[in-house]
Amino acid sequence: MATEGHAPTASEYVIHHLTHLNNTGHAQENIVDWSVINIDSMFYSIVIGALTVFGLWLAARKATSGVPGRFQGIVEILVDMVADQAKGIVHSAESRRFVAPLALTVFVWIFLMNAMDLLPVDLLPRIWESVYAAGGGDPAHAYMRVVPTADLSAALGMSTGVLLLCLYYNIKIKGISGWVHELFTAPFGSHPLLYPINFAMQIIEFVAKTVSHGMRLFGNMYAGELIFILIALLGSTATVFGFLGHVIAGSIWAIFHILIITLQAFIFMMLTLVYVGQAHESH
Amino acid sequence: MNLNATLIAQLVVFFILAWFTMKFVWPPIVKALDERASKIADGLAAADKAKTDLALAEKKVVEELRKARESAGDVRTSAEKQASQLIDEARTEASRIIAAAREAAEQEAGAATQRAKEALRDQVAHLAVAGAEKILRREIDAKVHAELLANLKQELQ
Repeated sequence: MATEGHAPTASEYVIHHLTHLNNTGHAQENIVDWSVINIDSMFYSIVIGALTVFGLWLAARKATSGVPGRFQGIVEILVDMVADQAKGIVHSAESRRFVAPLALTVFVWIFLMNAMDLLPVDLLPRIWESVYAAGGGDPAHAYMRVVPTADLSAALGMSTGVLLLCLYYNIKIKGISGWVHELFTAPFGSHPLLYPINFAMQIIEFVAKTVSHGMRLFGNMYAGELIFILIALLGSTATVFGFLGHVIAGSIWAIFHILIITLQAFIFMMLTLVYVGQAHESH
Repeated sequence: MNLNATLIAQLVVFFILAWFTMKFVWPPIVKALDERASKIADGLAAADKAKTDLALAEKKVVEELRKARESAGDVRTSAEKQASQLIDEARTEASRIIAAAREAAEQEAGAATQRAKEALRDQVAHLAVAGAEKILRREIDAKVHAELLANLKQELQ
């Protein structure tokens, strides 16, 4: 961001913050480009994912049926919460053996990825800029976004995973023929004239579920991140008003954001369970 | 805000993490939770049982106390009975002894009186004989008049 010579304009600052570090080294030009991969999103989501499962594993390794410690206690609360929800939504004990742990992972993982939003918005990007500049690169191209869930590809990647799970359980529970039959006869009924309409409705349902599932998470986190960037811009005016505005607005938004990140993680988890549960039900 | 291969990569990571949790995290924790639940259930059951046992024991204690009190009462009654019997016997014995003593005393007194009367009679007879001898020294022969004297003595009786 801070190239020698001139400070970035507000628009440059925002655009810089919203550009992913990818394998091309510059912002992606096409809306969809499967040859591009966002290195920053992958790095943070994998590191956080590893931390998530490592933390859970630590608790699981020492889990005793005796008096639990605090750490074990909080993990048990999470497990209990997820297990209860899963039991109420997915009525197949066998499917729950995979779906409930998946829901737990998704909840903790997304919560922690969302929580990256609470780090100061310039902290990690600025460190990356110094590292990049020290390596001889142009800091203006040292892009870095630290919230993986504010990356549309990442959010849709997870919701696509849920879609695949739904397809898998549809086929597993109802059989190929049963599921195909349902695709053409639900929701309007079994009549040759209704087959195309039913099928179109089913496809729309799957697409809408998946897209809304990913977009909801992405939209909330993206908007939250953008507001943190704008609040940081307010502080960068270096006036008393700007400074106070930054402190007050930043505090209020960060406190409110604690609710958002938890809520979004919970919603994503619950919808995962609901969609998988729906895949178990015949129309 | 673009779509790219991150989507595929994230999808793969998603499933790997879920698989890891299913394999290594979920089972031990759920096992611990279930075990603790059964432990707590056992503990509660044991507490209930202890409570029932306690109630039973209290009941038993009350029963035993009642029995003890009853038998103590029995003992006291029989002791009192025995005591009063003893007292009665003692009283009877005492009155018997008193009666016997009185009778013996009366007999002795009667005998003494008899003896005194005999002695007195002898002496009176002697005195009478002696007086008569003095008066009738010459005329009276003791041998001749012995029968007469014996009759006299008999009359004095």
